[in-house]
Amino acid sequence: MKLFGYNLPGMSSLIIWGLLWELIGQLDVTFFVPPLSEVLATLFEIIGTPAFLKALGETGYAFVVGVFFAVFIGIPVGILMGRSRLLDELLLPWVNVFLSAPLTALVPVLMVLFGFGMKSIIITTTLFAIWIIILNSRAGVKQINRSLVEMAKSFGASPADAFFKIYFWAALPEILGGVRIGVIRAVKGVIIGQLLISIVGFGALFELYSSNFLMAHFWAVLIVLFALAFTIAEFLAYLERRVAYYAAKR
Amino acid sequence: MDMSLIKEAPATAEPALSEIAVSVRNISKNYGAVEALKDLTLEFPRGQLTSLLGPSGCGKTTLLKIIAGLLEPTSGEVEVNGKPVTGPGPNRAFVFQDFALLPWATVMRNVAFGLELRSINKSKREDIAAKYIKEVGLGGFENSYPHELSGGMRQRVGLARALSVDAKVLLMDEPFSAVDEQTRRKFQEDLLGLVQNENKTFIFVTHSIEEAVYVSDQIAILLPRPSRVSEIIRPSGFRHKDHDQIRRDPEYLDIVDDIWASLRSYVE
Repeated sequence: MKLFGYNLPGMSSLIIWGLLWELIGQLDVTFFVPPLSEVLATLFEIIGTPAFLKALGETGYAFVVGVFFAVFIGIPVGILMGRSRLLDELLLPWVNVFLSAPLTALVPVLMVLFGFGMKSIIITTTLFAIWIIILNSRAGVKQINRSLVEMAKSFGASPADAFFKIYFWAALPEILGGVRIGVIRAVKGVIIGQLLISIVGFGALFELYSSNFLMAHFWAVLIVLFALAFTIAEFLAYLERRVAYYAAKR
Repeated sequence: MDMSLIKEAPATAEPALSEIAVSVRNISKNYGAVEALKDLTLEFPRGQLTSLLGPSGCGKTTLLKIIAGLLEPTSGEVEVNGKPVTGPGPNRAFVFQDFALLPWATVMRNVAFGLELRSINKSKREDIAAKYIKEVGLGGFENSYPHELSGGMRQRVGLARALSVDAKVLLMDEPFSAVDEQTRRKFQEDLLGLVQNENKTFIFVTHSIEEAVYVSDQIAILLPRPSRVSEIIRPSGFRHKDHDQIRRDPEYLDIVDDIWASLRSYVE
């Protein structure tokens, strides 16, 4: 963006919102919104503490494992659905139902099925992320150029070759888009899991700070979480741009 | 048109049975109630270029894909060098109308892709691919990606890929229809050289009458409703003339006119 002839660096608008936040905080409008400077000070204060690092580790672990399952189950299932009419007819209604279902309502069922531990949190995370990954992988395979498939066939590609050398790469732009959105949903999933199932990780910190009205602490953890989610999403968007050169020309 | 063109051709031009590389016998192909091909029989002489020419909807691409093993005929059989076709095989290579290149792979990998699928090791397949990349005139573009090339160059990649697997039969599905007119002429000339130098059998689908007459040793005219081979023309007089003499040869012009006369009633 340009302002008075100067090129503004990306995300300059954050400065305006940051200043507004600081102003409202200084005006003491509500105790829910302490000044940004106070939040940032708290952030640096708690970021190295064992309690914070432990929470980060717990949340990070559940998040990484949950996303791992969502990606490594979601992508192959999506690709297979895109290729097999039968599988598609069988699974598509369920994928659509779960994509739009209020998954939070399912969490108590998961707790009954899988207990109150890490297992349920990981499954919740996976459930939040997997459906959009399946749908996007499926869409990626569906739009594949038919003559690429025929080309592979005519040169004698085995099913495994066709899968790894044609279908996966042809669908990669959509797959990455799905993973990016899936990861963002997984952040939601892991926090909801940690709030509802067992109070651990960042979920426990949110619970602790909000019930004790430690708003600066609360916002500090939220900022860390936003920053992490944003970084991962931007990294995936970067990967998407790397394959964009062929996305339009398949 | 009358059949005098076939009769005019000297008897020796009729291929002997052992010189038939591909033969198609009583092929029918139905899509539901639609008959795409009906009881079609045709022979393709070894080392020559045969065009399948006809109006759209006459089943020429369907026939080519059946020969490739990409489509299964409803009935009838295809033999390549005496062996029945049951699916795609290494004795045939396909050149696609829309090039069918991997957009995420370099020219080198695309050309070597047929060999990659045959599990030839990397250095060997890249040696072979490099040779054909040069042969089709793309030397220096080994590390370019398809989107950086023009349509004509992309089809050269497709051609190099088909050549590098060293199949005896080359199946070309309207290979020049997606490139501009000038590139197309150059391609046609190059193709004549290719037929002469490579000891391969070419089966060439086109909807361009001039193109078919220019490049073919044998032209099979296919007509729709029901699909059948209506006639086979073997231009003989100008085949060994210089490339730029062909288009002004009286026989060339006569054949083009005659084919148009027999096809025009099928063009809506």
